[in-house]
Amino acid sequence: MSVPLTLLGLLERAPSHGYDLKRDYDTLFGVGRSLPFGQVYATLSRLTRDGKVVMDEVSPGDGPERKRYVITEQGATEVNTWLADPVAPEPHLQSVLFTKVVLALLLDRPAEAYLDGQRRAHLARMRELTTVKQSGGLIERMLADHALFHLEADLRWVDTTAARLDALRTEIRQVKP
Amino acid sequence: MTAALSARAVELSFGATPALRGADLSVAAGEIVAVMGPSGSGKSTLLHCLAGILVPDAGEIVFDGVRLHELDENDRSELRRDRFGFVFQFGQLVPELTAAENVALPLLLGGMRRDAAIRRAREWFGRLGLGGLDGRRSGELSGGQAQRVALARGLVAGPEVLFADEPTGALDSLTGEQVMDLLVAAAREQGTTVVLVTHDARVAAYADREVMVRDGRVTTPAEAVAP
Repeated sequence: MSVPLTLLGLLERAPSHGYDLKRDYDTLFGVGRSLPFGQVYATLSRLTRDGKVVMDEVSPGDGPERKRYVITEQGATEVNTWLADPVAPEPHLQSVLFTKVVLALLLDRPAEAYLDGQRRAHLARMRELTTVKQSGGLIERMLADHALFHLEADLRWVDTTAARLDALRTEIRQVKP
Repeated sequence: MTAALSARAVELSFGATPALRGADLSVAAGEIVAVMGPSGSGKSTLLHCLAGILVPDAGEIVFDGVRLHELDENDRSELRRDRFGFVFQFGQLVPELTAAENVALPLLLGGMRRDAAIRRAREWFGRLGLGGLDGRRSGELSGGQAQRVALARGLVAGPEVLFADEPTGALDSLTGEQVMDLLVAAAREQGTTVVLVTHDARVAAYADREVMVRDGRVTTPAEAVAP
């Protein structure tokens, strides 16, 4: 999972403070593995340094000053490119795919089209592996089988998620920025 | 082999329930195309329209220049018998006939003499790993054996198009793989066009390309290119 791109995606939805970003991240993506505060601020610092985020106001609080972060055009472009680009079809991608789908819905992007793109990428890879199986020996067949079964599991998740997009959209939009 | 098959703006309803809502699909001669989609999306209905089993309410089905939807039932039946082959999820073998007689059926229906038809049918048994099973009835065959007999029946007459509707749906994964290996190898060897309906991505991966059917329409990946 790409934490920097996920935080950028949350910032594209609305400018936010580090504390609120962590809260939203943990609610949407961090089930069972919340993001440490240290990682949130270190990531925001790097994103600021790289010109993908700027601070637009610093407000005093009871404790340290609260900095509000805003995504830049460069940051938004990066999020857009990342969402639309199918993940390289390798086993165990569910968490990355899940993050992309949730962010796409949060940002009103065409999540179904992204899932279609991912399905095409997976099927293209499965065709390559099937060709390997048809021309290879038993060892090649078994290795290709291992990859094919895992890619198939990803694809089942893609299909099930595509069928649940409307319900998922409704649920995650209840998480207000 | 010159067969080419297309559906254009095909619509079909069962009563008040629309199954196809403007489906488009074009299949090149010798191409193997997987038709995928959720249950109830219309993929099997599309296959039945392409094969001339069902007649669309609107739109057109063209095979090798012949407008299938304008043919009467007798002409469509003749075309299915002479130029198409079929494999379904459950082999649908005739239980009273032996495996060899089942395979010979399309040849017998086409007017071939019985002894010649049985002889031609038996040639397929060794090829599909069914040696010695030609005298058995369907109840005496395993699921994988029965499906290979059904595959032989679908291909024995040298069809220009083979329609396969979930051909491995009732088989375990290894047996299904063996059936697909045989199906694809035989189709490639004969130059047979294949329209393969499946919900199984590992089966679809045998095809040259896949299309998705959703809500009675076909979505074709933009980058898919016919061979």
